[in-house]
Amino acid sequence: MTIFGLKAMLRTAMTATVLGAAWPAAADDLHAKLEYCLTCHGTAGQGYRAYYTMPRLAGQQPKYIENQLRAFVERRRTNPIMANVAHGLSPSMFGALAEHFHALTPPPLGGAPRGQLGLGKHIFDEGLPESNVPACAACHGADAHGQDEIPRLAGQLHDYLTSKLANWTRERGQDRARPDISAIMVPTTHNLTHEQIAAVAAYVSTLK
Amino acid sequence: MKRIALTLAALTVLLAAAPAHAGDAMSASIRNCTWCHGTSAQGYTVAPRLAGQQARYLETQLYGFATHRRDNPASKQYMWNATAALKDSTIRDLADYFAALPPRPANDGHRDLAGRGQAIYSQGIPEANVAACLACHGPNAQGIRDIPRLGGLSYSYLKQRLEQWNQGYHGAVPSPMPVVARSLSADEVEALASYLSFVR
Repeated sequence: MTIFGLKAMLRTAMTATVLGAAWPAAADDLHAKLEYCLTCHGTAGQGYRAYYTMPRLAGQQPKYIENQLRAFVERRRTNPIMANVAHGLSPSMFGALAEHFHALTPPPLGGAPRGQLGLGKHIFDEGLPESNVPACAACHGADAHGQDEIPRLAGQLHDYLTSKLANWTRERGQDRARPDISAIMVPTTHNLTHEQIAAVAAYVSTLK
Repeated sequence: MKRIALTLAALTVLLAAAPAHAGDAMSASIRNCTWCHGTSAQGYTVAPRLAGQQARYLETQLYGFATHRRDNPASKQYMWNATAALKDSTIRDLADYFAALPPRPANDGHRDLAGRGQAIYSQGIPEANVAACLACHGPNAQGIRDIPRLGGLSYSYLKQRLEQWNQGYHGAVPSPMPVVARSLSADEVEALASYLSFVR
């Protein structure tokens, strides 16, 4: 054991003691808040079908989750339930929750019809150039895991995705004075037919 | 030829008799329920209203009683025996039958608590980590699939069920209800039960 190794160990031990004193209350708060979120979003964040379909949060990009929470609070994204939920969160909680959800890895919840998976894969991988629909994979990644503010789609509930894509301009970007990144999806949601939306939603819901 | 005709005739008699027989069994099963749940299944004292309840929920609960998973005192005392001999097909038929009956609200909560109850129902209590009931049970407390209709059930039944999630009893299937109910105070339980008893 070198003197540097000992010093490093001591520093770690001291840091642990300091954190140990401050951590319990914050950890309890975070734990209680996580449990609250997962009441509706499924015990492992896999999503849950109740009266409303609650989206999968597991594996979601932290930046996307934080952006959406802010959009609910600022009424740029319409959702009465989530507006209340997000209002009750401290800004520091946004990041902590988002990191926790990102780390969850349950398998996809499933339940999608399997008849149009081929069409869904085609739209996801290659888009529909004749209808001005870009390949989803171009932004969301070949594995549909997303990146930064671009959301993960893999394993998302197909019924949730279908309803979001079909209602995009009624739910997203609702503050005309403050346009947000959701504007990127507007043309695509208008250029997809309902059948195409259902097919691509079913396909990505099966991805891990 | 004659034998075939005879067999056919016998079969016809048997087949004709079968539905009537099944109907008798069914009405006997329904009568066994309505002794306690009321002749129009609107609920009576400790027995909750069944009329208008979600069919899938009723089915899940009947299996929960039969397998002793749902274990609160009234379930143990009444429903474990009541469901012990039910066949799968009877469970399905009973669930469909009661789900199709028109429900009437109990209207027996405290009127002055209904406003507070409605606020908790539709918004939850975010600062206390209580999820909005509406997210799962729907805007009119109608339920869906195996999530029960709550609107119009009796105040005492709703209050007792909300309290029992905190007392270590189990539901028919795993659900988030123990987590939700843990964060509710006694006043909040009374407010919710009051509000819901008036929902039609």
